[in-house]
Amino acid sequence: MSELLLAMSLLLSVVMVGAALVAIQPGRSLPIIILSSGLVSLLASVQYLLLAAPDVAMTEAAIGSGLTTFLFFFVLSRVRGGDRG
Amino acid sequence: MVRHLFVLLLLTALGTLFFALQAGFSPDSELNQVGRYYASHTAQDLGAANIVTAIIVTYRGLDTLGEVTVLFLASTIIGMVLSKGMQKGGKVSDLPPAGELLSTGSRLLVPLILLLGCYVFINGHLTPGGGFQGGAILASAALMLLLADPLRPFNSRFIAVVESTSGLLYVVIGVLGIFVAGGFLDNRILPLGSYGTIFSAGAIPIIYTLIGLKVGAEFSSMLLKLSKTEER
Repeated sequence: MSELLLAMSLLLSVVMVGAALVAIQPGRSLPIIILSSGLVSLLASVQYLLLAAPDVAMTEAAIGSGLTTFLFFFVLSRVRGGDRG
Repeated sequence: MVRHLFVLLLLTALGTLFFALQAGFSPDSELNQVGRYYASHTAQDLGAANIVTAIIVTYRGLDTLGEVTVLFLASTIIGMVLSKGMQKGGKVSDLPPAGELLSTGSRLLVPLILLLGCYVFINGHLTPGGGFQGGAILASAALMLLLADPLRPFNSRFIAVVESTSGLLYVVIGVLGIFVAGGFLDNRILPLGSYGTIFSAGAIPIIYTLIGLKVGAEFSSMLLKLSKTEER
């Protein structure tokens, strides 16, 4: 059981680093960047769940992954209305 | 080039540091003294099935009051800063329509999200989650409405009334604890009820409902002010 958890969290960490690399890659379109940084938060909340901290996992999922991603998209839609397309 | 090398060096140093921390980590085989006290006393003293909630709302209730105050101050200051650029009257915006998927989806999802948020903070003493998480979920419903229709009229006066009433009631319940029970923010001003049911753990469900409403109203009003501000 413990080995399974360890393998899962290692896999999650690798995917998290991959998503973070996608998020900081220059020249990508902004929606992709926002989505992949939301993915980092979502995977972090799964990690918290694996570490038996469901309360922290809920906060991370609600604020870090949900509200922040929504907010970035909201701001992006406002910025699009400005000078730069 | 030099800058990249520097960044690489910094990352390698951080990586070695964290790897050394991780390699030397061994989990405790038993709870420490404080943890043991909480784990063994929460159920019979406070009647809360979720120990984390008991710690946040009752044992460390003063810290939670401080957190709520910090959030209130942040929301007030954001309102003050953004009030300079508020739109006067109903200016017709030239934003494109939100699209069928978003507007239909928000009509379906917003009631469900609101229900989930209320569930999370009402059941805070039984299941993981609580006022802050539930409030954030409520605010994400408000954000979805704003995304679907940025010009939707919100009753911001109602949101302000909900926020200030719940904050006031939270402090009143805390002060009641001094006179009726053991101290400030003591949850035993109400009967503890039977362990594990929704009407249990004294005042914890009431306090967490108030916190959830307050946090949800604060986040929503912040988002609302952000969307009402004129871009320049």
